[in-house]
Amino acid sequence: MKKTYKIYVDCANCANKMEVAANKTEGVKEASVNFMTLKMKVEFEEGVEPQEVMKEVLKNCKKVEDDCEIYYE
Amino acid sequence: MSKKQRNNLIRIIVAALCLIALHWVHADVRVMFVLYMVPYLIVGYDILRKAGKGIVNRQPLDENLLMSLATVGAIALALYKTGDFTEAVAVMLFYQVGELFQSYAVGKSRSNIGELMDIRPDYANLEGEDGIEKVDPDEVEIRTVIVVQPGEKIPIDGIVVEGSASLDTSALTGESVPRTVHTGDEVISGCINTNGVLRIRTTREFDESTASKILDLVENASSRKSRSENFISRFARVYTPVVVISAILLAILPPLIRMSALGVVAEWGVWIYRALTFLVISCPCALVISIPLSFFAGIGGASRAGILVKGSNFLEDLSKVKTVVMDKTGTLTQGVFEVTSIEPAEGAGFDAAELLHLAAHAERHSSHPIAQALRKAFGKEQDGCTVEEVEEIAGHGIRAKVDGKTVWVGNEKIVRLAGVDLAGADSAETAAEGNLLQDGAAVIYMVVDGRYAGRIRISDVIKPTSAQAIRQMREAGVSEIVMLTGDGKQAAEAVGQELGIRKIYSELLPADKVDKVEELLQECEDENDRRRARLAFAGDGINDAPVLSRADIGIAMGALGSDAAIEAADVVLMDDDPVQIAKAIRISRKCMRIVYENIWFSIGVKVLCLLLCAIGLVGMWAAIFADVGVMVLAVLNAIRTLFAGSSC
Repeated sequence: MKKTYKIYVDCANCANKMEVAANKTEGVKEASVNFMTLKMKVEFEEGVEPQEVMKEVLKNCKKVEDDCEIYYE
Repeated sequence: MSKKQRNNLIRIIVAALCLIALHWVHADVRVMFVLYMVPYLIVGYDILRKAGKGIVNRQPLDENLLMSLATVGAIALALYKTGDFTEAVAVMLFYQVGELFQSYAVGKSRSNIGELMDIRPDYANLEGEDGIEKVDPDEVEIRTVIVVQPGEKIPIDGIVVEGSASLDTSALTGESVPRTVHTGDEVISGCINTNGVLRIRTTREFDESTASKILDLVENASSRKSRSENFISRFARVYTPVVVISAILLAILPPLIRMSALGVVAEWGVWIYRALTFLVISCPCALVISIPLSFFAGIGGASRAGILVKGSNFLEDLSKVKTVVMDKTGTLTQGVFEVTSIEPAEGAGFDAAELLHLAAHAERHSSHPIAQALRKAFGKEQDGCTVEEVEEIAGHGIRAKVDGKTVWVGNEKIVRLAGVDLAGADSAETAAEGNLLQDGAAVIYMVVDGRYAGRIRISDVIKPTSAQAIRQMREAGVSEIVMLTGDGKQAAEAVGQELGIRKIYSELLPADKVDKVEELLQECEDENDRRRARLAFAGDGINDAPVLSRADIGIAMGALGSDAAIEAADVVLMDDDPVQIAKAIRISRKCMRIVYENIWFSIGVKVLCLLLCAIGLVGMWAAIFADVGVMVLAVLNAIRTLFAGSSC
């Protein structure tokens, strides 16, 4: 399953860091962050609950860049 | 300006005022330290916090850490040696000015592109029992009738069931001439209804409609990273650690050498200061931000001109195009039959209008494309003339009685059938040239009352802008233009000659086109993939999906509403005007020029500063100016690509 989320982040480099963090999160098959359009595209593993996974993604992203937000709700 | 940007601006102003005020304060170094900490923390607390978090989370070096190290180091130096805290605070201050500018510029161009691509419809009008009801276009089902009033955007693709209006398609195609639609016409979402009320029966869901698809495409385009962008992220990954290690070496090695080998004073302070300056310069922000911004703006600007580029990588490839392969029918020509010339036979007593008149009448009931072309050229076919005894002669043409005259219309065989010797009636070349050509062109012969009356030439017309397009492509640096066609050799060469294309491959089946493109691709081969010239194929997207995907860059023309073409192509021209191909190449060249300018300019200034700093000619002040200045210039330069669409 693929979903696109709006995000907020301030700098291009931070967006790259978020991408790396999201990709390391369990349940995420592939994630890509587009700084210019402020969007995160996430492809989930089979049988996971996107909301739960996104919670973890946001937590991991906050770790690398606390000035960020993912609007997944 | 967002709330956060405004806050940052206030912080910067307050800190700057504090710094200026402190200029006149003289006190003990410890008092000064405390005083200077006020503006320093006001302007830099978030940087320090982020740096701290980065260390806690074991993040690799980032610019927050670099700036924190440099400024804290400078403060420590001031505390123990120089007593001048201004520098550290100013460095942090300018860094923040740069950050603010960067975030403002990116936000601004983001909304600029948003405005350019302002084709997303916000609502749809449903006709309810008590008047019109506005609903979310997502909720409208297929085959619902929606109402579009003057000034509104068409939200969903559909067919007009009632009303007529002229539509402004400029947001989709870049074309400023409005398009008129009537009942029964297909309309696509994103067009603006300028007058008249339209009732439209939707044929697609909102998500599948043209406007949504285009937006999706443009928004996703900047996710496909170009080689330049990848180069920059690789560069940044290597560059920062290299500079940090150099900084450490710069702080330690020279003093040690001075002490042990030269036996002079170590001057630790001087070298640590230089190392800190090194760190300030090391931030690669200018590159990291300006390159993706250039591509993003370039893609945005191009889409405004009706050129959709599906990714930064294609924009980059497009700038390297040296060979353009074009399909003939539908790309260079209209793909529709039209009467191109009428040649009455000498002495037969008919003028061109009369000849066309008779031909159109004789073909009154035929649905053949040639008959349609004749009727269209004549225009007012339903006049009072009598048409009787129509007889279709298979493989030859038609015989009919028009106003009492027996008219034979068809290929050269019909002339013989009518009992007229064609060679005698006209010049000899006629017979040789005649016949129905295999392709787009045909010559129609006419015999009236037993006498050869003349001929009408019908062909697939070359688009009025084709010649200009070929010329512009050559000017834009395309060295080879190749035309592929399934049509006969003669017709293909006639078109080639008129347009100035020398390399022509005719009589090709769709599969042959792929082979030809493969062959031409081999000619472009180069050991170095980055230097390799690229090959673009332009077609109308009908039947040429395999070729579109085989070429380095597939350009689909006139793709408005054609899903297959949008799917298969890398660059989609909303219009079917071939001049757009040249324009797309020019936009890509301009965009890449700006990208390279930024790469060389930023790296050049950085390296220069690093060198000057290592030998002590540049202080921290100059370093921060260079850093922020280069970034501002690079971002401004990148924003220029946004206007590439209108200026190219």
